[in-house]
Amino acid sequence: MSWTFFDIARRNLQRNLFRSMLAIVGIVIGVLAISSLGILGNSLTLSVTDQLSTVGDSLTVIPHSGGASGFGGGTATPEKISDRQVQDLRRVAAPNPVIPVYSTAERIEVGSEKAVLSVYALNPDDVSLLVEVDQGILLRGNSGVLAGSRAATQYKLKVGSQIRFSDGSTQRVVGILKERGLGFDIQPDMALIVPARRYEDRTHPTGFDQVIIKVKDTARIEALQTAIDQRFNRRETVLDTFSSKEILSSIQTVFGQISTFTTAIGGISLVVAGISILNVMMMSVTERTKEIGILRSIGTLRREIRQMFIYEALMLGLIGSALGGLLSFGAGYLISLLVLQTTKYLFDPSSLSSIALGMGFGIATALLSGLYPAWTASNLNPIEALRHE
Amino acid sequence: MDTVTASGGPRPDLIRFEEVSKVYPLPAGDVVALDRVSLTVRNGEFIAVMGPSGSGKTTFLNLIGCLDVPTAGRLLINGRDVADLSDDELTFLRRDTIGFIFQQFNLIPLLSVIENVEYPLVLKVRDREARGERPFEALKAAGLDDERLYTHKPNELSGGQQQRVAIARALVNDPDLLLCDEPTGNLDQRTGAGIMALLAEMNRGGKTIIMVTHDPGIAAYATRQVRLVDGRIQEDTG
Repeated sequence: MSWTFFDIARRNLQRNLFRSMLAIVGIVIGVLAISSLGILGNSLTLSVTDQLSTVGDSLTVIPHSGGASGFGGGTATPEKISDRQVQDLRRVAAPNPVIPVYSTAERIEVGSEKAVLSVYALNPDDVSLLVEVDQGILLRGNSGVLAGSRAATQYKLKVGSQIRFSDGSTQRVVGILKERGLGFDIQPDMALIVPARRYEDRTHPTGFDQVIIKVKDTARIEALQTAIDQRFNRRETVLDTFSSKEILSSIQTVFGQISTFTTAIGGISLVVAGISILNVMMMSVTERTKEIGILRSIGTLRREIRQMFIYEALMLGLIGSALGGLLSFGAGYLISLLVLQTTKYLFDPSSLSSIALGMGFGIATALLSGLYPAWTASNLNPIEALRHE
Repeated sequence: MDTVTASGGPRPDLIRFEEVSKVYPLPAGDVVALDRVSLTVRNGEFIAVMGPSGSGKTTFLNLIGCLDVPTAGRLLINGRDVADLSDDELTFLRRDTIGFIFQQFNLIPLLSVIENVEYPLVLKVRDREARGERPFEALKAAGLDDERLYTHKPNELSGGQQQRVAIARALVNDPDLLLCDEPTGNLDQRTGAGIMALLAEMNRGGKTIIMVTHDPGIAAYATRQVRLVDGRIQEDTG
């Protein structure tokens, strides 16, 4: 269409500049809310995924209805995984490495400080499969202690620090581990890792608390789970298996839902913006009744009147959404910085699609809100409209 | 029925009222605004429609202007019964065949003088090039020669100037018929006389004009006077 309808729409918005700006601000806020909450939800999901997936794909096997760990310093609890079961697991899982783990908690002393820490007892050969060392070396032989990064920071442990265990024995820290974040197998950051042999000598455990199977071919995880089930859980459930993939996807689902929920809350503000546009445009229709009558009487079609009002709504929506989209970067940046302490997920495609979504909803809302006023204006009786003052 | 044919058959009467009635249903009872009016308007006539208020003048004008349709009877414009026309077709008729001139000028405040004049042409001709100088010609024809005024907004002009802009707008699509509703009603006598002289000139140039007025002095410019009373034609000099 030529200049006229577009120009009339634009000039009418300028004629009521303050009112138009308020309507635009409404859209800006709505788009901003949807986009930035979307970005936050996305970043949250991405960051959790990032933290969790560093573990790689592993299968954790624990005794049925038994905890993987517990306070009690190695006193026997009924559900453990026996040496025989570990041998069977090795056979089923081959060639994937099978790592039996003792997991417990112990009172320790570092200098004059006392603390309770998780302790994992591992075969020194397996340690490199689970953790990486930041300073010092990994376990060698049957002595030494590895300290998790957060445990090291909190209790000021360094390579060479001495740790006194609850039975009075002391060990030196030989290595500080790299921070690993949340994991499904073990949580080494706030823990100590000791050699399995020494642990067995001290506490004579009846079996392992958990077994971790590192699966090289992730496509094999489910098949392996089934194989373990068939081998151990035929008659009654003896062992439970959790795959990191499974847990990861259920966590992602939960965070996805949270993200959708927060975005929907943002959507409410857009509904309010839509109502304000509806209000502004209905006022405009009422005020311009005579003008519409004139336009109709000198040959403007109904659909052309409709077009004029829809252009107005569209302009409000486009300007509001464009501004809102721009500001969403800033708001997303701030929120990510405040909540997640990182902004590296801001330019992820899924975050950008949140902005696109917000802008799309902004334009659609404005358009929807303009439909009724446009319809009303186009259906005015020209004679009555002309008489209107 | 007379129809326009490409081979140039008999040209139909511009307007024909055949027993036209217009009834407005109101809660207090029906109001008969026009009562079985029959009248023919030929091309080139200049008709003044007079009568007291409530006599049906406005209804008469609204019907010719295709803003309203008869309750009973037939109204033919260029041989076509308006009852058969859709809203879009009536709108096209208003756009192309009829030029409206109102007492209140009724210019669009958002548009400049030249844009106001160009507007009906834009509705008809979407191509800017094809519109050419037509709006300027219309303004010149309406006696508004000062081009500096063309970019002004209507409310910056005097009443007489505004009415000339309105006349230019009515002329821009070269309609067969100018429909004037008290065209001098908002103007002082001298300015009004200038507008009437312009309308008379348009009529001499071939435009059919139907003008509603209550002022006998103004009606004297017309070549035919029609007096309406209570929805009926009481007197017709044609």
